[in-house]
Amino acid sequence: MTKGGIFPAIIGTFYLTIGSSLIALPLGVASAIYLSEYAREGWLLRLIRLGIQNLAGVPSVVFGLYGLALFVVFLGFGVSILAGSLTLGFLILPTVIGASEEAFRQVPSTFREASLALGATKFQTICRVVLPSAMPGVLTGSILGIGRAAGETAPIMFTAATFYTKHLPTSPLDQVMALPYHIYVLATSGTHIDQTRPLQYGTVLVLISLVLGINIFAIIIRTRMRRKKTW
Amino acid sequence: MTPAMSEGDVQMSSLSAGGNQDSNSTTSVVELKVQEGLPKYFFLAAASTSLLVMALIMIFLFREGLAIFGKVNPVSFFFGKAWYPTYDPPEFGILALIVGSVSVTLFSSLVAIPLGVGTALYLSVLAGPTVREYVKAAVELLASLPSVVLGFLGMVVIAPAMQQILDVPTGLNIVSASIVLAIMAIPTITSISEDALYAVPRDNLEASYALGATRWETMSRILVPGALSGIGTAVILGMSRAMGETMVVLMVAGGAAQIPSSLFDSVRPMPASIAAEMGEAPFGGEHYHALFAIGIVLFLMTLIFNLVATYISNRFQQKGASTL
Repeated sequence: MTKGGIFPAIIGTFYLTIGSSLIALPLGVASAIYLSEYAREGWLLRLIRLGIQNLAGVPSVVFGLYGLALFVVFLGFGVSILAGSLTLGFLILPTVIGASEEAFRQVPSTFREASLALGATKFQTICRVVLPSAMPGVLTGSILGIGRAAGETAPIMFTAATFYTKHLPTSPLDQVMALPYHIYVLATSGTHIDQTRPLQYGTVLVLISLVLGINIFAIIIRTRMRRKKTW
Repeated sequence: MTPAMSEGDVQMSSLSAGGNQDSNSTTSVVELKVQEGLPKYFFLAAASTSLLVMALIMIFLFREGLAIFGKVNPVSFFFGKAWYPTYDPPEFGILALIVGSVSVTLFSSLVAIPLGVGTALYLSVLAGPTVREYVKAAVELLASLPSVVLGFLGMVVIAPAMQQILDVPTGLNIVSASIVLAIMAIPTITSISEDALYAVPRDNLEASYALGATRWETMSRILVPGALSGIGTAVILGMSRAMGETMVVLMVAGGAAQIPSSLFDSVRPMPASIAAEMGEAPFGGEHYHALFAIGIVLFLMTLIFNLVATYISNRFQQKGASTL
């Protein structure tokens, strides 16, 4: 393979990244709300924290096996964007939870007390006071998680990615090309590895720009927010 | 649900009920309890998904992996030196893969621990605010580099250079893989160690300076011992990360399923074997189940690392100056 562009791979990575954030963001933020606003010390909280900590330590290739066994085979999604997004989504879930929880904890407790003192329920307080105040922090942390999803290879090898397809995906059940997997295949199992070297470097450059771009964006937002924050 | 929690619920509802009675007397205590309780259980359910996923990972790994032990006896699986899954008859001995994983993990931590902890010490003691900000951003960006990119660089830059300079048969070996893995583990080690160093009470450091200790003496005798448990946690998590990392070892470790006799031999760590072979293993066959069984081993090894790290950080948590 020495001709053609990487647009299908860019599109594939785009869909997988969006799909995984659709799963990880709502679940992660909701989990973080429980951990910082509702949970009390006790066995339940310890158990949940243990689950999150250990989920964060599960190797990415094991996530790939899990996605293969559960989503691809058992639930019958096949090798697809859907299966890959679910796998990646749960992979970055602990990152999103960690970042969001920290953002919620940084909201001063006087904000909550003022809202409760005005007669708002706890749920109203969370929705209208805590969440908006913590939003910049939540977003920054989540963007870092999303950057990770864009660059992961091992979890999508058996769940979503294909080396080559002429067609752009038309449904969530289609296989896709993805930038990280494309780099791996080009670099290791092409028939003309030396001829495709420039293509490999080019694809790496695109992936690095994408991931570093996402991260620098998040870091800039955070630095600005830190300066603006007055509490 | 612990008694303490349900008590808290009642208190909270009655508090809000008390606050609302004047303005809105039609809202009953029951309704308020529902309003307060439903969101709580919704968020609890969300927080429990991580546990659920953890359980599902175990269930599916074991379901697919344990099947291999019907055909291969566990002793020859774990201690067999021959990994020839596609031969006829196939041989499924994963000792060489385990040794491969352990060797790259150990050697990479030799590189990563001094660099990672050193960076953390520099950031917390010596660096000025501006330098600190930039170095921290750099460490964070390093952490965000996709593993396939580092694997690619290891393959096209480090490995050929090593082959030329050291004149070894292949540049794809334990040393190159470990160097790249170390680069991946440094951000983990640095950021957790730095948090631990910050948790050491300032009083202790000031007391040490007041007694006339130099900065180096304070660092080595007060700061590092005080943060030791946190640094230990950082090192273990960094090693766990290196052990589970896939793309780097897949691309840079060489892929030979052999027990290495030197640091410049190729190895085939467990994640590399799973990632390389799953595509061609016939679905539901012995090879497929064997790869899941390797997944179980890898999962359990990293799980133990993580549990030990959690235990250390809980057990020796710095709770203020008095516990030192």
